[in-house]
Amino acid sequence: MSLLHWAILAPFLMAVFVPLIHKRAAAIHTGWFVLILPVLLFGMFLQYLPVTRENSSITETASWIPSLGINFTAYIDGLSLLFALLITGIGSLVVLYSVFYLSQSKEKLGHFYVYLLMFMGAMLGVVLSDNVITLYMFWELTSISSFLLIAYWYDRERSRYGALKSMLITVFGGLMMLGGFLVLSLMGDTFSIRELAAQALELNKDPLFGLAMILVLLGAFTKSAQFPFYIWLPDAMEAPTPVSAYLHSATMVKAGIYLVARFSPIFAFSGYWFWIVGAVGLFTMTWASFNAVKQTDLKGILAFSTVSQLGLIMSLLGVGAASLHVESLDDNLFITAVIAAVFHLINHATFKGSLFMAVGIIDHETGTRDIRKLGGLMSLMPVTFTLSVIGAFSMAGLPPFNGFLSKEMFFASMVHLLELDLFQMDTWAILFPVMAWIGSVFTFIYSIMIIFKVFTGRFQPEKLEKKPHEAPIGMLVSPIILALLVVVFGLFPNLLSYSLIQPAAAAIVPSILPPGGQLDVHISFWHGFKPELFMTIGVIVIGILLYKLMPKWIKMYDYMPGKVTLNQLYNASLYAAERGSNAITNSYMTGFIRSYLMYIFVFFIGMLGFTMWAKEAFHYDASAAAPIGLYEVSLIIVLVIATATILLAKSRLTSIIALGGVGYTVSLFFVIFRAPDLALTQLVIETVSTALFLLCFYHLPKLSRHEEKRRFQAGNALVAAGVGIMVTLLGISAHSSKFFTSINDYYVENTYKKAGGENMVNVILVDFRGFDTLFEITVLAVAALGIYGLIKLRLEKGGETNENK
Amino acid sequence: MKTNDVIFQTVAKVVFFMIIFFAVHLFFAGHYYPGGGFVGGLLTSGAIVLLLLAFDIKTVRHGFPLDFKWLIGLGLLFSVGTAAGSLLFNVPFFTHAYNYFQLPLFGKTSLHTAMLFDLGVYLVVIGVTMTIIQTIGESE
Repeated sequence: MSLLHWAILAPFLMAVFVPLIHKRAAAIHTGWFVLILPVLLFGMFLQYLPVTRENSSITETASWIPSLGINFTAYIDGLSLLFALLITGIGSLVVLYSVFYLSQSKEKLGHFYVYLLMFMGAMLGVVLSDNVITLYMFWELTSISSFLLIAYWYDRERSRYGALKSMLITVFGGLMMLGGFLVLSLMGDTFSIRELAAQALELNKDPLFGLAMILVLLGAFTKSAQFPFYIWLPDAMEAPTPVSAYLHSATMVKAGIYLVARFSPIFAFSGYWFWIVGAVGLFTMTWASFNAVKQTDLKGILAFSTVSQLGLIMSLLGVGAASLHVESLDDNLFITAVIAAVFHLINHATFKGSLFMAVGIIDHETGTRDIRKLGGLMSLMPVTFTLSVIGAFSMAGLPPFNGFLSKEMFFASMVHLLELDLFQMDTWAILFPVMAWIGSVFTFIYSIMIIFKVFTGRFQPEKLEKKPHEAPIGMLVSPIILALLVVVFGLFPNLLSYSLIQPAAAAIVPSILPPGGQLDVHISFWHGFKPELFMTIGVIVIGILLYKLMPKWIKMYDYMPGKVTLNQLYNASLYAAERGSNAITNSYMTGFIRSYLMYIFVFFIGMLGFTMWAKEAFHYDASAAAPIGLYEVSLIIVLVIATATILLAKSRLTSIIALGGVGYTVSLFFVIFRAPDLALTQLVIETVSTALFLLCFYHLPKLSRHEEKRRFQAGNALVAAGVGIMVTLLGISAHSSKFFTSINDYYVENTYKKAGGENMVNVILVDFRGFDTLFEITVLAVAALGIYGLIKLRLEKGGETNENK
Repeated sequence: MKTNDVIFQTVAKVVFFMIIFFAVHLFFAGHYYPGGGFVGGLLTSGAIVLLLLAFDIKTVRHGFPLDFKWLIGLGLLFSVGTAAGSLLFNVPFFTHAYNYFQLPLFGKTSLHTAMLFDLGVYLVVIGVTMTIIQTIGESE
């Protein structure tokens, strides 16, 4: 266990003590105590910057299940460090924000910070794990803690619905991912991601490679809310706003991005990876930005915008895979895509975090998040307004904010695709920049919507629950820091170039690096009149135009079929699954014992028949058969008649007597086949059981005592005949194929010699195999006590249950 | 009209002993001839059932003032005790021992621990049968 391990486990340890702190120090907001930890961790992770700058990495291993090769291996390279810094950095700001957002007296803060710390630790574990099994464990922990956080206000129905939805979808993806990991580790014979990446080229040729890729991608897409799995994210907005800011914009949804980036060295050589990741990402981006415009809830807009931005990053990672197929590093344009992905990842975390916090402030201070009720808040909440403008303009991709730079790089990468002659891109390549551009137009529209619908226009105090005013300074600190970062990264993007972006990008596409070399990451603010600049200008112009004309075309959304949305599909499929499984269960669980007996017998016939047929198990060999005498034949005739009488008798009494007849005939069989002990016992037992049957008959309720012929049912007859035939066949073939001699010679020889008896049956019963007898008499004892208990213990009210009285 | 079962009752009293002796014979002969604890026990209870039919539950209970459920426990104790007794002599569970003895009156007789085990079976069977029949008979 090294310091790194303790850093991952520290949030969990802290979570243990949070309830205690919350109880003991009730006067001070619990968040202040929690705040210390992420700040410390952030400081600690900063110290790794010089290490990753040189593209070197740190690996620390602690044994967990060494016999299975599962170790808790912490691994820090540029990519993990970037994520670790995001998690702890934004984590600190979110905790600070939550101190002012959530009230110490009204909310269950003990729960909140336990879940939040759990989540933080799990997220750190995801990004710092090298072992896929450990990664999966932390992955599911993020799902669980996110589930708890979404349903934090568990008395609201929508919260529970959202939590359940996100749980079902992300856990589905998580399980798929586990499958992918297992396939991968079977192919590569190791659980370590680095060792898997080292044999990426061999893995590519494996027939299971495609399966592993799809499964891992399913995990990434569900977590990162890609199409069509994005539906959980808008419903997860029921969580408290600090949670939305932290989980659903900056960290958890980026776990999928991290996964794609982390597994890029393994999968990215495949053309399918390029296509799937790139196309799904781009489609998600366009689709979600298109849908964001129609939202009226501020958090709804931000949720869809998060989905859209995640799609953007995802598509950049997919397109970046093309860089592996371009030979020289110097004119490799697709490396831009990887760098843009990393850069936008950082940018998105900053501006989306600040936007969520700003929305949280608006919600907190006005009591609503509905943009139809809000308006004219500019002069009332100037600081929030400024924050929102910075965040939204950065999101829209306007200069001088950092979103502008990453959006430019995004366009550049998409335009470069036109030059690519790989993967049948020549015909479809044009779709990429076009879709990217359309998506960006809608991004622009909803971004300025946030500003203009909320802060300008008419102030409608009558619709608001509270009198709006500026938020307390404590609540503003975190978004101010994030907004400052947006501006700073926008103005001085190269602050990050070599410290964070280059190592992270190098970790995503390590194979194109020359040994010991570095990628050339220089983000220039002005790069001449390139196509991407004109695209941005086009976005702005068309965006403003469309925004102005919005009342004209907003009705378009009404024409979208409401019935065929993915949410509808999700709800309907849950409903159908529930109804379907109910129907299936009800269809065979009839509650009638005859149905269940039918299943058992049919299964018996089927299995036995199939085995006999498939294994050719039926034998007939009469050589071991004994001659049949007159007595046997006549007894058999009696037996058959008696049995038929049981079946055909009208009265139960006849059946009972015929059953007695069967029993006595059997005891006669025992006489003929020289089994005197059996004959004796059979006689007495048959007498007793017939007497008991008569007793039962005597006590039948009068209603059901009337005589009736048993109805003939073809199915029953068929099954009965089948069972009879099967047992007969089984008996014949078992008798025909004796493979070894019986052990009865031993008994014959030793009954007198060793056991001092002459009745072999009895000697076997009490001596050679007395064990059986011991427990048979125990069975008898249990039966007797059971009958005694059943009859004597009548606990029902009224006691008397005999209907005849 | 009150029925008078005098013939039945008288015969039952005589036949009872015949059945009992036959049952005891079956039990003791078990190791050498057909019979044994199980059949012996069943026949013994058959004899008691005959008395039950001829008289009634109260009378029979007066004649056999014992709770048959205890007989079950006693029988199981005998059986398990016999089987476990072998452990005292440092041989595996359920090892029987026998030897021949010159007894007065009986002459040369074999005594076998299997007999004790069988006695357990005998008692359990009587107990079980009688418990079932008595319980059902008493229930309304």
